[in-house]
Amino acid sequence: MKAAVIVFPASNCDRDIQVALRQSMGEEPIMVWHREGTLPKVDLIVLPGGFSYGDYLRAGAMAAHSPIMREVVARAGRGVPVLGVCNGFQILAEAGLLPGVLMRNATLKFVCRDVHLKVEAANSIFTGGYRPQQVLRIPIAHADGNYFADDRTLDELEDEGRIAFRYCEPDGRISSEANPNGAQRNIAGIFNKDRNVLGLMPHPERAADPALGNTDGRALFDHLVASLGP
Amino acid sequence: MMAARREPAVDQKLASGMGLSAEEYARILALLGRTPNLTELGIFSAMWSEHCSYKSSKKWLKTLPTTAPWVICGPGENAGVIDIGQGWAAIFKMESHNHPSFIEPYQGAATGVGGILRDVFTMGARPIAIMDPLRFGAPDHPKTRHLVAGVVAGIGGYGNCIGVPTVGGECTFHPSYNGNILVNAMTVGLARADRIFYSKAAGVGNPVIYVGSKTGRDGIHGATMASAEFDERSEEKRPTVQVGDPFTEKLLLEACLELMATDAIVAIQDMGAAGLTSSSFEMASKGGVGIEIDLDRVPTREPGMSAYELMLSESQERMLMILEAGREPEAEAIFRKWELDFAVIGRITDSGRMILRKDGQLAADLEIAPLVASAPEYERPWTPTPARAPLPAAAVPGPPKGMLEALAQLLDTPDLCSKRWVWEQYDHMVMADTAQGPGGDAAVVRIHDSNRALAITTDCTPRYVAADPVMGGRQAVAESWRNLTAVGARPLAITDCMNFGNPQRPEIMGQFVGAIQGMGEACRALDYPVVSGNVSLYNETSGKGIQPTPAIGGVGLVEDLRRSVSLAGRAGLAIYVVGETRGHLGSSVYLRELWGSEDGAPPPVDLAAERRHGDFVRAQILAGHVGACHDTADGGLLVAVAEMAIAGGIGAHLQAAPAGVPAHAFWFGEDQARYVLAIAPDHVAAVTAAAAKANVPLAALGRFTGTALTLPGETAISVAELRRRREAWLPRYMGQA
Repeated sequence: MKAAVIVFPASNCDRDIQVALRQSMGEEPIMVWHREGTLPKVDLIVLPGGFSYGDYLRAGAMAAHSPIMREVVARAGRGVPVLGVCNGFQILAEAGLLPGVLMRNATLKFVCRDVHLKVEAANSIFTGGYRPQQVLRIPIAHADGNYFADDRTLDELEDEGRIAFRYCEPDGRISSEANPNGAQRNIAGIFNKDRNVLGLMPHPERAADPALGNTDGRALFDHLVASLGP
Repeated sequence: MMAARREPAVDQKLASGMGLSAEEYARILALLGRTPNLTELGIFSAMWSEHCSYKSSKKWLKTLPTTAPWVICGPGENAGVIDIGQGWAAIFKMESHNHPSFIEPYQGAATGVGGILRDVFTMGARPIAIMDPLRFGAPDHPKTRHLVAGVVAGIGGYGNCIGVPTVGGECTFHPSYNGNILVNAMTVGLARADRIFYSKAAGVGNPVIYVGSKTGRDGIHGATMASAEFDERSEEKRPTVQVGDPFTEKLLLEACLELMATDAIVAIQDMGAAGLTSSSFEMASKGGVGIEIDLDRVPTREPGMSAYELMLSESQERMLMILEAGREPEAEAIFRKWELDFAVIGRITDSGRMILRKDGQLAADLEIAPLVASAPEYERPWTPTPARAPLPAAAVPGPPKGMLEALAQLLDTPDLCSKRWVWEQYDHMVMADTAQGPGGDAAVVRIHDSNRALAITTDCTPRYVAADPVMGGRQAVAESWRNLTAVGARPLAITDCMNFGNPQRPEIMGQFVGAIQGMGEACRALDYPVVSGNVSLYNETSGKGIQPTPAIGGVGLVEDLRRSVSLAGRAGLAIYVVGETRGHLGSSVYLRELWGSEDGAPPPVDLAAERRHGDFVRAQILAGHVGACHDTADGGLLVAVAEMAIAGGIGAHLQAAPAGVPAHAFWFGEDQARYVLAIAPDHVAAVTAAAAKANVPLAALGRFTGTALTLPGETAISVAELRRRREAWLPRYMGQA
């Protein structure tokens, strides 16, 4: 399996996801600077977290227009799995690969803490390593994670089983108290129609190393590797 | 036709407006043998400001111990450097951004973080952690809430974007900071020990390179502002505050580290306080060389900037480098890749002079060595702080409703409450090496791709320093050493950030002298040298100074992450206190919060006991005998046990206080050199025997069990309730923002 991590100016979780991928893959992912004209042939494309272009415009809006994104969109259309974490999710939404937008948190503040996530759909290349309804503890760190889409889109996401993760209580209950950013219907991560694109606000790569005491995010990477071959 | 901008005539009045005294201005005239032009006067004013020259503090700073076998570079460079083994060096420093943060909290705090990050990566280190000790005014002061909100957002805004975790700090409140908040920022970075970059310019003919952001008119004379007292009109100084751009700094960080992987750089320094002036003069002065700069080549944000403005601007995210001649193209390619400005603005010469040209004309011509060497150094008159009478515990009443209710009350106060509201706004996990984040004794950040870690803490108890500067200086250093010890680290060195009032007042200077004396004593006793630091004086408004605040940033080494412990108690562990509990209530939090008094001498700090107790605790942790450990500080033993219980989500059954010490003094006294240990039953015998052998007092307090804190004869209080009380204050306070 070959994976590429796209590095935008001021991506800052690129190394973290590189480490998590290396741990599961047993080899290095390819780090691709966003200005490089070509994207090597890979089995997985990852858009890491960070503050691409400082988030000075809307989060992800500038990076979504980076030339390499045309190729990312094309590959996604051909079925290549694309994972966007945090700022990566924002870029995927801005690039139109995923519906909806990520607005400023309802608290208007940046928030960094562990949250609980319910696996709403375990039938994907990203989430197949989890049990349906499994509760995970994964960190978040963002100022713009307030997922918004119109009701029709939200209903469609629900009906098509495209909500990957929701913020929940430790026991799995979905409540407004468990929602850290005001996201519609507690949505933390969603798929595209073909389920080969996942965007999520929480950081599974920060919960993949036993030495740091939490490995709830590791199954996501392990399952990608298992599905995409060694 | 373009009218030439007229510069004001240089005279003593103008010099005085720039913060130079009559005597200093006379010294400049004598040195030059002529009247300086405006640009030259501006340069003198910046270089001789308190902020850049340390003119009031230098004499005393020199008395601090700065060496140890593991110190690679002590004070005088951009940051301190220590050897942490296996080919790695830790590079760190703390700085203040007090004055700008009071005037414009978001940008002031943000650029404070940006500046200290540059100090560290300019030496070749990748920053791995930020810490921010903050001191605000009284909660009921009309500006406090606004300042807390702005400062916290500013720190987060910068650190989160650049992607360096903010792993801790402090946040306390006292009316003495009403007009002068303290915003200190510390950065710790890692570099290969043989790849450290210094600021000493060399090589006649080598190019002088400007990289980073363009220069604008922001922050002109910031260093001079930071060297003056505030008054009611300080708001007018808003234009002297810089504006931060963490996005550009992230690019600058990556570009610098990429270039540093080559051998093209001769010297490098960040343009911090006093911008192009201090960076160019310091680099030239260290190398004993001259520099010629063509100011027309400096990338600018706006047209028509004068030589004076270019030299004094404090625009952020800029660096000055000396390259090996001929290496410009490869260096430029790196900076262009990162979309940053890169300009050759001058050359190194052998003239020993700084020659600046602008619009084809000579804009300044100054001999460098005399300007730096003749910087004033004052022996300010000082008077020692009068000793306070000790306050016997018997003179302080017990709590009206019992110890546990007093505990709950204390946890719901501004200084002892949880600071979660603050640190959840900081990304404390990015880089995925944070083993212990905010909320413990020390942050523990793994050395990437290894089993080892750095422990980092910032500490000071200003009320102790105010009561007795010598003891308070000792205590600040000792507490930082204890906090590193409590996670199982070997303390290695400190950086200090000396925040004081107006040094021209003998009683303030006396606080400074006393604190330095106490710090030096502690550093020597604990083998814990000072490797970098910063002095912030004139923290006064309308003649009222802050509580003296020598903030200490300590760094220690965890040799094996698996041997490190946290403060979280666990069911079944026995609770012991290391050190003697005499029940010292003078200057305690209990006295202040329950009885509204700040009286009494602070607790004495016995440095031999600190050393003995700390070495014992560390040895027991490394032997695997300790399940959890917590330094006993503000609020005393009961607060320490409660914090351990809350962190572990476990109750604690405590025994009655021993006879001979009043119960409230036992539980809330702030005697020093103490730790609370949680020990598994099968290790108790070994720990007890080791304590006896090492002559370390060790006393049983109880056991972690159940869901509540209990004391004989009192109504138990659940850990859930204690947590609720401890989490309440800050959100409640800031909710009204």
